Amino acid sequence: MSAPDLTSLPSLPRDDEGPAFAEPWQAQAFGLAVRLSAEGHFTWKEWAAALAAELKAAADRGEPDDGSRYYEHWLAALERLVTRKGLTDTAALAARKQAWADAYRHTPHGQPVLLPKSSS
Amino acid sequence: MDAPHHKHDHQVIPSDPALRTKALESLLVEKGLVDPAALDAIIDAYENKIGPRNGARVVARAWVDPGYKERLLRDAGPAIAELGYSGAQGEHMVALENTPAVHNLVVCTLCSCYPWPVLGLPPVWYKSAPYRSRAVIDPRGVLREFGTELAEDVEIRVWDSTAEVRYLVLPERPPGTGNMTEEELAALVTRDSMIGVAKIAAPRGVEA
Repeated sequence: MSAPDLTSLPSLPRDDEGPAFAEPWQAQAFGLAVRLSAEGHFTWKEWAAALAAELKAAADRGEPDDGSRYYEHWLAALERLVTRKGLTDTAALAARKQAWADAYRHTPHGQPVLLPKSSS
Repeated sequence: MDAPHHKHDHQVIPSDPALRTKALESLLVEKGLVDPAALDAIIDAYENKIGPRNGARVVARAWVDPGYKERLLRDAGPAIAELGYSGAQGEHMVALENTPAVHNLVVCTLCSCYPWPVLGLPPVWYKSAPYRSRAVIDPRGVLREFGTELAEDVEIRVWDSTAEVRYLVLPERPPGTGNMTEEELAALVTRDSMIGVAKIAAPRGVEA
């Protein structure tokens, strides 16, 4: 095997041959988009367009796009698309995010984190 | 460096994107819009099972079986499906043959369209702006950075993936591999060679 040495490249980040998820949530966000598309909630073409728009917006803001924030853009695109499709709305997403943060805050270390029944 | 040492009387609160992902997932699962088991299956498949190995088996088969190679180059989707791999999004697959005269390079200038069923998840550099823009403007320079030097008379063809069409490069079979089995050949095939940023080196002990 002759893996090219790319460590000398400042602008061309790369990884090993393994999966390109840096954190578990990235795999989760990835799977959500694939699954929602497979279920017919949006087409893959719509998804590609939403993601491209998000990447372009980031570039227009002058953010360095070296791939490191890729899944953040992926997630933003997914939030935008599911909201636009009426699958959920931004208020529900914000409330649910807060509920998860609270659940982590109030769950003793070592116990599974569960949402209280009332949160929706 | 150690993380600040405070008493963990509650759970560590996940990062902002992690919380947002949990929010999204839990809401959609509750509404019955996403089946959590199907979601886990996808993640597991892409993380562990699918990967460049699928593509490597396709390439090795094409090297040893001229009939398969012909089918692959004529219509890659069904040929890939013959080996049991099929597209997650049903996109059209095209196989591109590298020869001593023509070198194919795949990019997605728009975002990161990638032949997932055969190559797994795209590497970080494939998704980066520098690769996405420079692969088109200066393919020879990009190839050089991957350690791939091509003679001046080799034609480089750059293919821009879309949501509908995905490309798989069929790299050149390296010299000195005439006696190798299909399985041994598959082990030589790298992900980068199937994206077209690298060639496949001859096995150790064989002079190119």
